[in-house]
Amino acid sequence: MIEDEWWAATADRRLTVQRCRACGHAQHYPRELCTGCGGTDLEFTEASGHGTVDSFTVVHRAPSPAFQAPYVLARVRLAEGPILLTHLTGPGPWACDEPVRVGWRPLPDGRHLPVFEKDA
Amino acid sequence: MTVAIVGAAESDLGVTGASILGLQAQAITRALDDAGIALGAVDGIATTGVSRFSATQMADYLGIQPSWTDSTFAGGSAFEMFVARAAQAIDAGQCSTVLITFGSDQRSARSRSLGGAGEAHTPEAIFEAPYGPLFPISYYAMAAQRYLHAYGAGREQLAEIAVAAREWALLNPKAFRYGAGPLTAADVLAAPMISSPLTAADCCLVTDGGGAVVLTSLERARDLRRQPVVVLGYGESTTNTSMTGADDLLRPGSFDSGRRAFAMAGLEPSDVDVAEVYDSFTITVLLTLEGLGFCAPGEAAGFVAGGRIRPGGDFPLNTNGGGLSYCHPGQYGLLLLVEAVRQLRGESGDRQVPDAEIALAHGTGGILSSHATVLLGADR
Ligand SMILES: [Zn+2]
Repeated sequence: MIEDEWWAATADRRLTVQRCRACGHAQHYPRELCTGCGGTDLEFTEASGHGTVDSFTVVHRAPSPAFQAPYVLARVRLAEGPILLTHLTGPGPWACDEPVRVGWRPLPDGRHLPVFEKDA
Repeated sequence: MTVAIVGAAESDLGVTGASILGLQAQAITRALDDAGIALGAVDGIATTGVSRFSATQMADYLGIQPSWTDSTFAGGSAFEMFVARAAQAIDAGQCSTVLITFGSDQRSARSRSLGGAGEAHTPEAIFEAPYGPLFPISYYAMAAQRYLHAYGAGREQLAEIAVAAREWALLNPKAFRYGAGPLTAADVLAAPMISSPLTAADCCLVTDGGGAVVLTSLERARDLRRQPVVVLGYGESTTNTSMTGADDLLRPGSFDSGRRAFAMAGLEPSDVDVAEVYDSFTITVLLTLEGLGFCAPGEAAGFVAGGRIRPGGDFPLNTNGGGLSYCHPGQYGLLLLVEAVRQLRGESGDRQVPDAEIALAHGTGGILSSHATVLLGADR
């Protein structure tokens, strides 16, 4: 399935965005069609890993025992255009519109969770 | 438009110990009694949050076989959407008497969870849940953070929404916080931080509650016992389920739903005498006031200042105390309609807005996901 391809790339610490071969539109999350033109000829392309903080929130109450509050949840706008939900890691404080770059948090199954840190 | 609301009622509210269907039955019987309409005359049902087949479930429970139903599941905005669909169905002759109803036992049943209810096959579960967002609060928190950043606003300006809601609730004996005493901006800022910049006091209540409204043709409404409340216009916009689907957090679907509703009614925001705007969180109200055109983007923080939205102010807003201080049974949109109807009938007691003739009810569902605006008018 399309989501498995995206996650598989993270095993190699590759952040991908889907791009439409017909109209050039970039999108995330990956889909079986292009939200720009409705076409179905799509490919995964490697993202630069750079972006900016669209917004963020410090979560003080974890939704489940799998998470340890506090942590910084954010919308990061990739240089390629699409927005990712992610975490901001490293020392704060944080501000909207700050530049960030991708980092990787290992998952037990060999994949990685893309997170973002300050882009010096 | 040729359709009117002719009955309106709340179920018991707060901590009821009642079931969903029990609260529904309370709301329905009270609303039908208010309208002076017998259960057997009801041929349309719109509801959600009962079960997988909500309207069907209610029809069975009521022992009726309606010629029209709707169970659109769109969170808090569903009930304003139901008004639109019911008006269309009545106009089209598919049914003549519609019940729009809701009941929730979420406080008594302790069924609310911080993470929300996930479905494993959805993109949100696959791409967003690994980051542990609180649903829905973390999304509104990010909208608030962006709002503060983009417009140079302060948290105390968000807090004014909660402070004003409490002032109204102190005038409403049905309000959960009636008798709780006033709330200050300092109280809101000092409350436990949940998802910054929103504290517990920026968040709506978690209560049981429900309500029902009855709609029929305006022609028939004029022969019934209550002063009809006419459906003047409506508009909707559905935008996102994921936390990344909306490009601009500060331009939610209320910008479109409001424009559509005002255009249908042939009205301007300045024509509205009383506004009932979904206040899931304080930020929801600032964004919605801008979306509906009561002020320009970035101006709501200033617009609500100086007591303007409090009792006696020149922009009466959320006059029952809102989801923040009156009642929030998970999907609050039905109760927005009940209060708008009561204000237009002049039945709101100590909190009555003098000579209210045009009311607005705006529902917001999910994470600024679905938006529905209804304009109502007194039939004078
Ligand atoms: Zn395309």
